[in-house]
Amino acid sequence: MSILVNKDTKVIVQGFTGKEGSFHAEQCLAYGTKIVGGVTPNKGGSEHLGKPVFNTVKEAVLATGATVSMIFVPPAFVADAVMEASDAGIELAVIITEGAPVRDMQMAKAYATKKGMSTIGPNCPGIITAEECKIGIMPGMIFKKGNVGLISKSGTLTYEGANQVCKEGFGITTAVGIGGDPIIGLSYKQLLPMFENDSETEAIVLIGEIGGDLEIQAAEFIKQHITKPVVAFIAGQTAPKGKRMGHAGAIVSGSAGTAAEKMAALEAAGVHVVKSPAHIGKKVAEVLNK
Amino acid sequence: MNVHEYQAKEIFSKYGVPVPRGYVAHSVLEAVENAKKLGGNIWVVKAQIHAGGRGLGGGVKLARSLEEVEELASQILGMTLVTHQTGPEGKLVQKVYIEEGVDIADELYLGVVLDRAKEMPVIMASTEGGMEIEKVAAETPEKIVKVAIDPAIGFQAFHGRELAFGLGLAKEEIGKFMKFASALYKVYMENDAELIEINPLVKTGSGDFIALDGKMGFDDSALYRHPEIEAMRDISAEDPSEREAGEFGLSYIKLDGEVGCMVNGAGLAMGTMDTINYVGGTPANFLDVGGKASAQTVAKGFEIILKDQNVKSIFVNIFGGIVRCDRIANGILEATKLVDVTVPVIVRLDGTNALEAAEILKSANIANVISATDLEDGAKKAVAAARGEL
Repeated sequence: MSILVNKDTKVIVQGFTGKEGSFHAEQCLAYGTKIVGGVTPNKGGSEHLGKPVFNTVKEAVLATGATVSMIFVPPAFVADAVMEASDAGIELAVIITEGAPVRDMQMAKAYATKKGMSTIGPNCPGIITAEECKIGIMPGMIFKKGNVGLISKSGTLTYEGANQVCKEGFGITTAVGIGGDPIIGLSYKQLLPMFENDSETEAIVLIGEIGGDLEIQAAEFIKQHITKPVVAFIAGQTAPKGKRMGHAGAIVSGSAGTAAEKMAALEAAGVHVVKSPAHIGKKVAEVLNK
Repeated sequence: MNVHEYQAKEIFSKYGVPVPRGYVAHSVLEAVENAKKLGGNIWVVKAQIHAGGRGLGGGVKLARSLEEVEELASQILGMTLVTHQTGPEGKLVQKVYIEEGVDIADELYLGVVLDRAKEMPVIMASTEGGMEIEKVAAETPEKIVKVAIDPAIGFQAFHGRELAFGLGLAKEEIGKFMKFASALYKVYMENDAELIEINPLVKTGSGDFIALDGKMGFDDSALYRHPEIEAMRDISAEDPSEREAGEFGLSYIKLDGEVGCMVNGAGLAMGTMDTINYVGGTPANFLDVGGKASAQTVAKGFEIILKDQNVKSIFVNIFGGIVRCDRIANGILEATKLVDVTVPVIVRLDGTNALEAAEILKSANIANVISATDLEDGAKKAVAAARGEL
């Protein structure tokens, strides 16, 4: 078992024939991901990496039965791509592109939600179900199959965390890089119950960062609904304060978004919080060996 | 990206948000000329820096004669202004804004910002104008009215009423306030602003609303579609090292510790700083070299880090993903030839081809390049090296 994606998931790539899209689609194919085609307007009818190229997502879905789209289009076109995917009946869009305007994402996510499509990202490494399906840009070989679910805002900390878990002799069910932009798709709160309900996942690693209050919301949710052990690290305990122009964003959420505040909330929810990211793997081992 | 008050007010004016008349000055002479141009017998001399709290820091002063304008402008221009938002090092004032005096009956606060939880813009208003809004939020949160606006419907009259009645405005003020708030929402949306704050928003003796201050920040990712705003960028107001790093695709923030850091990815970069702190050291900087970490970017990173005299060692912490560690190791070796690295460099490479990378570094046998096996080992070695104990 796993969450959201597995070896049977049919994936298309939007921005398939571009430099980034091509490179990473090839890596995903090599990992075993069932990429069934891609979309690049004006290149429909051709073939790329041995897979069919379509002009529109609708055509691609009709021809291939894909349910997930991996999005690599340039930042200015992300909103359009996300809305097109949701309009075509895609169930999950994984948005890798970095630098999409916040206002665009706000609009695109509101529309996707209305259409019943989930999103991951933008500006994220993607999602991987170990040894089955990689949809994103993470190095596949560090994710060994196992019983630990992982959710992280940061890309390289996802790799760091997964690598440590695997070096301790455990492995990963599914790892999700949710991204750290102001507007993101699936977050801790939506992913935690999926891991709770996944029979193979026995522990969950949650990696957060300063800013916003998603980790605080996660702590409240864990307290009430999660029975599996959770190990957490919050990056930015030593980050400089007062570097921003104003703090109005923090006022809205009713929290300053500091690492200390998030760590305290998670600890109060019974989460095993580590102060150093170097201790994620060891703490997981300690919790699972109990 | 942030702009100065005078630039924010230029944008406000275009959308019909009322602002006092004023002119920016780069010299004392120009300041006096501006005051003459404005006429009247009362002026405000305002330091233009990218931070709030200028009044308390002595950067905003009232002048009642042209002589006083001259005196105040010469005081403020060239001063290093320290406010609660500048950090202890303060910011150099290179421009002053000369503005006409305003008849103040009451001071309010009005801001527009993204509410991340609701995923839509929220307008915040408060009767406690002129105070630090952070303080109001902490001490008397009931004095802040928040109204989220769904961009799908835009600013509607009921949003305006919720704000106006929430502030307890008088009947005859409500229409004017609603018009003001509606225009400000338009400024926010059409310019891809990240934040707008007007503190204080002044109610004049004649019952008009006017933006006495204006602060705007923009979504950097959307600047490509706002060339007129990008043209407002004031490079001299930005930290030179941070700016130089940005030109090379690096993200750098100077801190005051001893261990320089070079890391790929913002999260791991912060995590590395946290680890250095955890093992008893102090990080000298945040530096994210991004996804590529080539010889050129690593060399540039060394150069920027070494400009800081406090740096006693450098911890290079790279988790190689798609970019293989062996290539990064070669990049680091190449970089040490391009830049004269005078302090010990602790290198931790993990991920794809990490073993090959370790072999490359070992066989190169450079005296001040020391390999580390993992994150904690690297942090410990870097801290020890900074103390001359390695």
